[in-house]
Amino acid sequence: MTNPMTTHGSGAGIELAHEIAAEEVETMLVPRQHLLDLDDLSVADITDLLDSAEGMLEIASRDNHKTPALRGKTIITMFFENSTRTRVSFEQAGKILGADVINVTASASSVSKGESLLNTVKTLQAMSIDALVVRHPHSGAPYFITNHTDASVVNAGDGTHAHPTQSLLDLFTVRNHVGDLVGKKVAIVGDVLYSRVARSDIIAFQKMGAEVVVSCPNTLLPDEWQWDSTLGSETGFAGLRLAANVDEAVDSADVVMALRIQQERQDSGHLPSLREYSDRWGINSKRMELANDGALLMHPGPMNEGVEIASDVAHGFQSVVEEQVRNGVAVRMAVLYTLCAPGKSARIGGGDASNGEETKS
Amino acid sequence: MAARKLAITGGKVIDPAQGIDRVADVLISNGSIESVTDSSTGSSYDGYESVEASGKIVSPGFVDLHTHLRDPGQEWKETIITGTRAAAHGGFTTVCAMPNTDPVQDSAAVVGDVMRRSAADGVVRVLPIGAISIGQHGKQLALMGELADAGVIGFSDDGNPVTNANLMRQALAYSVEFGMPIINHAEDKKIGAGGVMSAGAVATRLGLAGVPTEAETAMVARDLHLADLTKARLHIPHISTMGSLAALRSAKECGVDVTAEVTPHHLTLSDEWVFGLKGEVPEAVGSAAYDTNTKVNPPLRSREEVEAVIDALNEGLIDIIATDHAPHAATDKVCTYDEAAHGINVLETAFSSVFALVDAGKISVVRLIESLTAGPAAILRRDLGSLKKGFSADVAIIDPGSKWIVNPEQFESKSVNSPLAGVELTGRVVTTIYQGETVFDLSVVNETGARS
Repeated sequence: MTNPMTTHGSGAGIELAHEIAAEEVETMLVPRQHLLDLDDLSVADITDLLDSAEGMLEIASRDNHKTPALRGKTIITMFFENSTRTRVSFEQAGKILGADVINVTASASSVSKGESLLNTVKTLQAMSIDALVVRHPHSGAPYFITNHTDASVVNAGDGTHAHPTQSLLDLFTVRNHVGDLVGKKVAIVGDVLYSRVARSDIIAFQKMGAEVVVSCPNTLLPDEWQWDSTLGSETGFAGLRLAANVDEAVDSADVVMALRIQQERQDSGHLPSLREYSDRWGINSKRMELANDGALLMHPGPMNEGVEIASDVAHGFQSVVEEQVRNGVAVRMAVLYTLCAPGKSARIGGGDASNGEETKS
Repeated sequence: MAARKLAITGGKVIDPAQGIDRVADVLISNGSIESVTDSSTGSSYDGYESVEASGKIVSPGFVDLHTHLRDPGQEWKETIITGTRAAAHGGFTTVCAMPNTDPVQDSAAVVGDVMRRSAADGVVRVLPIGAISIGQHGKQLALMGELADAGVIGFSDDGNPVTNANLMRQALAYSVEFGMPIINHAEDKKIGAGGVMSAGAVATRLGLAGVPTEAETAMVARDLHLADLTKARLHIPHISTMGSLAALRSAKECGVDVTAEVTPHHLTLSDEWVFGLKGEVPEAVGSAAYDTNTKVNPPLRSREEVEAVIDALNEGLIDIIATDHAPHAATDKVCTYDEAAHGINVLETAFSSVFALVDAGKISVVRLIESLTAGPAAILRRDLGSLKKGFSADVAIIDPGSKWIVNPEQFESKSVNSPLAGVELTGRVVTTIYQGETVFDLSVVNETGARS
């Protein structure tokens, strides 16, 4: 897209940036209340968000990147798991847009005193907040929260289910390099069973027309996924190819994504050892040679260098890992703006019934 | 009991224990069944209070082999009073109380307490089940002889599988003396550790850890072999997998003394209910998903598995229906799926939910009633579950055409954890009679709008 914001350069006034951001973005985006996963977004919805993120990336890269686009809005990041990049990325995105951002972590909140998720949400809800950015170890926690708050809810990673802003930034990063994703081959290598990034990325890249192939030890696939096969529609991931080995997956790939392997997979018996995993599934320069020329190497972070990804390629010419982080701020700005933009009265699907909030007479 | 004389007239009497399936009158006096006699037009019985039942089904009161009354110890979820009222509401006149109370029903003292308070406060019959192991810890056999003397009808560590195969073997062998079944919650907790729903496409889409069916099947197979070894009675609770059914079939063919139950939810709900759309499969996971009221152990299985347990119930491979009524408070269910407690509130929807299978032509109404009356009574080896002369006058009267929408707020149960909230069901228990006394009457409830 052509982006008039770039013409203002770093000298543009803050108010001007705000107006442009508001007008430009508002006309492009369909208002919605929550971002929980990408499965309920259309290709057009995703494209709009990515287009918007381009403008946001420009704003974020200015010397003075503060805009008042979301001035007067309050965003709470509520992280029940440790995180560096995602939490800071959301905070930075909110702050660039001028929102007040409050960070709540489980260990430093009443959660550590045993307060339930329901009561934590109700407590925050009572303080006039506009958006809740939630990271939680339990799949579905952000969905649960939507039933108990009027605020917009952004899923910043729930259990082993979804991580939609990660997938948006992955799409954004790849699009910036290869353009249209239709027909491109994306290889995802790693802990598919436990990875929310894998699930959301499979949905995201397939939705945008890419061919997705995953590879990992059979212990890290869901039981109903058959090794060396292509999934049918009954799985909910129709067309996903499960490669027989990592070389088949990486062969002629346009994108290679390595997923984090945690020590606990070895402890729980899913893997004989991290070293064997590294030998058989680790992404290294030799394996990257199988990929297409110009293939991108991605990793959602944090990386275990020397396990799922070799240090030389992690920081090599094909790596876009740091770019992913930079783009993450822009994509999250687009998401927060979409959800919290001033005067958005046309929220989609607002006011869900308070499911499960049962009382007994 | 009071000297009340009752004539239930004009209803279709279905009493599988006697092979009765015809329009007849049921006469009750002194709390016992006097007779089942052919209706004659305008028949009236002098000195009998009349209950007009034409168009209705008159069944023996239902017998539930698997109920969690939560009393003593978790009275905020259910009590003997609310649990037995819920039973009456659902047509049950006998419930067998699982021992996972606090303290556990592993001694004559606790069992005696439950029996005394049930007799005093309960509106239907409560038969306690004793623990297999002390504290249900799976370490040391409970005092099974003392428990048998105190009046238990079987032994179970329900909720806790007996993991130690030798303890299971000894429990089975020791129980032979009492002629009572060992009821083992069959689940190898190491297979699918951490799982919160059945493994499969739904679990994968929702990112929930899945328990494979083999976690149940493996332990069912072990238990069947141990029952064969010991020649003891084994009762398999809430059977839910095709693998378990195959093992059960093979064991029955070999003469193993085994019976099995299936729950109403495993007969009617699949894992797709976890999407929160009453069994619909959505394009995109929505806010209704992760319906914690669908979290139960064993978990709701695939549709294929559901069809298999229906077929097995139909042919008699599965002997009976039991509810596994498991009330839980809101704090146990208004939370994430991982945090939620296992269990469904079943007693008051049990008959109606399975009656949908009758309407769909998948099971006969006679087999359904047999599964709730003669079947469990045979496992208990008690004079229950039939309208035979001299039996306790326990009767459920059902309106097969009555449509109703499940509203857990109207349950007699203290808890509301039903995935069927808002679902329309057909066929409803309208009157429940226990020992000749009316303990539930829908018309009275409707008139007064009362729930106590």
